[in-house]
Amino acid sequence: MSGQADTTWTGRARGALERRLPLDHLLPSRQPFFVGSWVYIFGVVAITALVWVIGSGVTLAFFGPGWWHVSDVGRFVNSVHFWAVQLFFVFVVLHLWGQYFMASWRDGRATTWIVGVVIFVAGLVTAFTGYVSQQNLDAQWIAINAKDGINATGAGSFFNVLDFGQMYGIHVMLLPILVTTLVALHVVQVRIRGVVRPIEPRARPTDGARPTDPAS
Amino acid sequence: MDTPATYVQIGFLVISVPNLILIAGMVVLFIAALVAPFPGHHLSEPGDDDVAE
Repeated sequence: MSGQADTTWTGRARGALERRLPLDHLLPSRQPFFVGSWVYIFGVVAITALVWVIGSGVTLAFFGPGWWHVSDVGRFVNSVHFWAVQLFFVFVVLHLWGQYFMASWRDGRATTWIVGVVIFVAGLVTAFTGYVSQQNLDAQWIAINAKDGINATGAGSFFNVLDFGQMYGIHVMLLPILVTTLVALHVVQVRIRGVVRPIEPRARPTDGARPTDPAS
Repeated sequence: MDTPATYVQIGFLVISVPNLILIAGMVVLFIAALVAPFPGHHLSEPGDDDVAE
């Protein structure tokens, strides 16, 4: 194929990947100077919490509700799952605050921002289906109270919060695949474009004039 | 754990004390992350470009 463009779909896909995501961007050993702040840690901590959520969730799915409500180890793993979810949302929101105030959708990063928003919303639905899948009075209470709200949106005919099988299947299979895939896409998007530069401070006028915007 | 949480009402806002404490803690953590020094040994110098395209 030397000297000729590879026109097969695999060749074109390989070329596009090599152009858009070279390995030194995917696995960098150095970061720009402005990444030296704890604000950039929030996203990584959220991903770490997600790893704990998935690990504890797989364990819970393997042994079932007869284990996570009764045995000491089961209750412990159930608690790890719950608190890892709390940490996930705390650090996702902190990550969101940080990215919002630095307007990180700039310079062609709009889709990265949008995927992040979709991850947050998908995470909320995942957490909700988890709450109604606990197999206890708390789950029944939440499902009974939520059904009217869901029905009012018109989604109740295909999203029945009183159907444990449907909620559990969505919670342990469909939504975890969606959230994990989107998180992987989000990280790759950040690696393609790099971390957004901080907003430049406005130039300080010395003659009393109004500050100038560096973007203008 | 079986007793309901205390709620705070500020105008039309109603929030439980545990949630209020959590949000306040998040704000404190966010501000601390902005001002706390970060140990950086692998950072490039100002002016380096990290944009792929």
